Amino acid sequence: MPKDFGIGASTKRREDARFLTGNGQYTDDINIHGQAYAHFLRSQVAHGKISAVNVEAAAAMPGVIRIFTGADFEGVGGLPCGWQVTDRHGEPMKEPGHPVLAQGKVRHVGDPIAAVVAESAAEARDAAEAIEVEIEELPAVIDMKAAVEGGPLVHDDIGSNLCYDWGFIEDNRDEVDAAIRDAHHVTTLELTNNRLVPNAMEPRVAVGDYNAANDESTLYTTSQNPHVIRLLMGAFVLAVPEHKLRVVAPDVGGGFGSKIFHYAEEAFCTLAARQLRRAVKWTASRSEAFVTDAHGRDHVTRIELALDDGGHFVAIRTSTLANLGAYLSTFAPSIPTWLHGTLMAGNYRTPLIYVNVRAVFTNTVPVDAYRGAGRPEATFQLERVIDKAARELGIDPIEIRRRNFIAAEDFPYATPVALEYDTGNYHATMDRLEEIADLQGFEARAETSQAKGKLRGLGVNCYIEACGIAPSNLVGQLGARAGLYESATVRVNATGSVTVMTGSHSHGQGHETTFPQVVADMLGIEEGQVNILHGDTANTPMGMGTYGSRSIAVGGAAMVRATEKIISKAKKIAAHLMEASAEDIEFSEGAFKVAGTDKQVAWGDVCLAAYVPHNYPLAELEPGLEETAFYDPANFTFPAGAYACEVELDPETGKVDVCSFAAADDFGNIINPMIVDGQVHGGIAQGVGQALLENAVYDSDGQLLSGSYMDYAMPRADDVPSFTVDHSCQTPCTHNPLGVKGCGEAGAIGSPPAVVNAVVDALSRGGYEVAHIDMPLSPSRVWQAMNA
Amino acid sequence: MPNVSMTVNGRNVSGEIEGRTLLSEFIRDTLQLTGTHVGCDTSQCGACVVHADGRAVKSCTMFAWEAEGADIVSIEGMANADGSLGVIQQAFQDNHGLQCGFCTPGMVMSAAALLQDNPDPSEAEIRDYLEGNICRCTGYHNIVKAIQAAAGSLRAAA
Repeated sequence: MPKDFGIGASTKRREDARFLTGNGQYTDDINIHGQAYAHFLRSQVAHGKISAVNVEAAAAMPGVIRIFTGADFEGVGGLPCGWQVTDRHGEPMKEPGHPVLAQGKVRHVGDPIAAVVAESAAEARDAAEAIEVEIEELPAVIDMKAAVEGGPLVHDDIGSNLCYDWGFIEDNRDEVDAAIRDAHHVTTLELTNNRLVPNAMEPRVAVGDYNAANDESTLYTTSQNPHVIRLLMGAFVLAVPEHKLRVVAPDVGGGFGSKIFHYAEEAFCTLAARQLRRAVKWTASRSEAFVTDAHGRDHVTRIELALDDGGHFVAIRTSTLANLGAYLSTFAPSIPTWLHGTLMAGNYRTPLIYVNVRAVFTNTVPVDAYRGAGRPEATFQLERVIDKAARELGIDPIEIRRRNFIAAEDFPYATPVALEYDTGNYHATMDRLEEIADLQGFEARAETSQAKGKLRGLGVNCYIEACGIAPSNLVGQLGARAGLYESATVRVNATGSVTVMTGSHSHGQGHETTFPQVVADMLGIEEGQVNILHGDTANTPMGMGTYGSRSIAVGGAAMVRATEKIISKAKKIAAHLMEASAEDIEFSEGAFKVAGTDKQVAWGDVCLAAYVPHNYPLAELEPGLEETAFYDPANFTFPAGAYACEVELDPETGKVDVCSFAAADDFGNIINPMIVDGQVHGGIAQGVGQALLENAVYDSDGQLLSGSYMDYAMPRADDVPSFTVDHSCQTPCTHNPLGVKGCGEAGAIGSPPAVVNAVVDALSRGGYEVAHIDMPLSPSRVWQAMNA
Repeated sequence: MPNVSMTVNGRNVSGEIEGRTLLSEFIRDTLQLTGTHVGCDTSQCGACVVHADGRAVKSCTMFAWEAEGADIVSIEGMANADGSLGVIQQAFQDNHGLQCGFCTPGMVMSAAALLQDNPDPSEAEIRDYLEGNICRCTGYHNIVKAIQAAAGSLRAAA
């Protein structure tokens, strides 16, 4: 029986009412009286020396208030990087500067050279066109291999395009080499994880405001983590202390990672507003978003999987080139390393693993976290090489996975790549997948396809991810320059309703609905009595925001802890009201009862007593009912699952259609199944998009060829089928109070290999021996592979 | 600057525009009806879809002056007279057909136009019709479900 209330109920989203009526308030909907508009003049070349910027004619254009260039930002800090990776020789990564406006050099198409602030957006745009820029164009370095083999230097001052050469775990390298050398069989695969543009539907916006009367700045911005932006921008760029800086991220139209990072436009609008004494607004066009939002993925990997004569994995060795783009985006160094290398064990008992990653600067847009962030890259190569090994050894692809699964009784399980999985049951999710995907019926469906002249293929794979990104002491050792706790303040109002202020941020995830489900369940009050505030540093405790599927696992846990404090204090108040001992008070269904008696007081009476403390133990207890908790978990969480994709391939054209996609996930406990389904649907569509459609392509001069929706193929409604998703396998997380694991990224992590495995399977059934095709599997790539 | 007049959500409105002012800009900036969203600059994403004289149009693809005298309906005009959600809006909520909400106004406006033309669309017809509306959050699964549900409710009420 599905629940209709609290934890486990598919409560309809309350935020929908405003989004469905046009009453959402996104950053671009905010207009401040007297605001001016910024427009950035951006580099049209990938690499060049700025020899002159002449703003004279532009400054005389109608409506122009002021034009800023790099010179105006000398003395202002550059954009900071939040993670320092140490290379395999013990040296810190190379960390070149990242100016707000280009200084001396431009390093990618889209690098901002100057910014016009004018009375209207159109006047700012017009004037920017009149700025005369002289750039001495330099040869660009786009290809990663060329970049590490003596190509032009993106940053002259660091003397190399190599940011770091990371080995994980370096001490295991010799043992892994020996195991591969001596193995019964080694399957090798070279592959590309294609560069993607996150493409949240809301382009980025920043509105800087300044109140001279109290010297306070406010930035309204499209961010997943306003506190992080306040800390980075205030402390490292503008030198404005936190108490003079407020950052507001109101309704945000999707993020997928791209709105984690601190961007130049945020710092610019904040600073310009301070200098001009009026609000300054910037709204990205989609074309601008393509060349300024941090991109995702872009790895080239060689992976070797060694197996024994029983088809058991004995060792994995990988070598990856990871593109960082022209500058270090906020969390860029962590993605190809700690969020990638640590996942290489997957769902399997591989005893020996060595991961090498060389991260490279190129004249392209910076690359950072995009939905899954490192974990899709790990999953893709692992699940593709396993499939290839199964083919080479003549073992069924599901059987080879089952043969190597970490068994349910082996948890907690320590991998050779530093993680300890707390719970999981990989056979159970695979069992579930076989049912929901009707794998037994596949052969019959394949025959039907064949009768139509199509090749049908089945791709199956597993995934695991490390979510609930935390714990601070661990990530600190790994180079994070921030803590990764989360916070919540639970304010019980005098009449018993509750306001929760959370450091998590909702930009589509539905926190305004799910978080109250938890608190209402704990307090035995109606969900409608609980309200969530988020996204404003002025009224939420310092929190690290939403990414890495961490909100319910870390932010939700903080909220639980604060609510527990509330209940504890409320019990003391209730005990006083009933002249009993606090130890004897039981709280359930919204009532405080004295154990073993019929005495009770209602939730509302206790709340009122806390704020009208006429009959109250004032000597022992403060009035009021408001508690804050910061929660820093002991470990990551480890959602896992098994996915199946069926494709139909037209051998005449190479076109691939996804006929069905099934996902069996283990997310531990679930707060709102409807929302979890929706998260998985969206993730799968992004993964199918990566596998079949999406590709950020640069030409050798560094021009982004897929710089609009005319060229960058976003998945549309007719590119994907309806999905079959199931999360009935639940092995609750053992170390957070809700037993939750997080669900935001799973779909995007687990789906690309399923699609590619299915296409390779379809080709094989058609008699085409194609070992691998790099994503996206466009008709031309598939056709070429068939006709090679 | 020239002046333009039209009906928006049943209200007569007029305002000064530049020749290059887009209908989407007029709706958002001049009328302050910010439910109509702009998600791209190549007429691809569909977040800006409104109805002009009963037809779904991408308001970023029309100049404001082209809408002179037109009857425009935006997302703000889709609720019932008492302020409750209209049938299509309600179906989107019931079926979790939206997440971040940014593409949603355009989706609802496109869905309304589809159901006007085709009261009983198949899944394939819905997916085909939504080709001009991009959603990055939902994977379209629940949008399709929502439109099917709305179609059923509208047919039942007809």
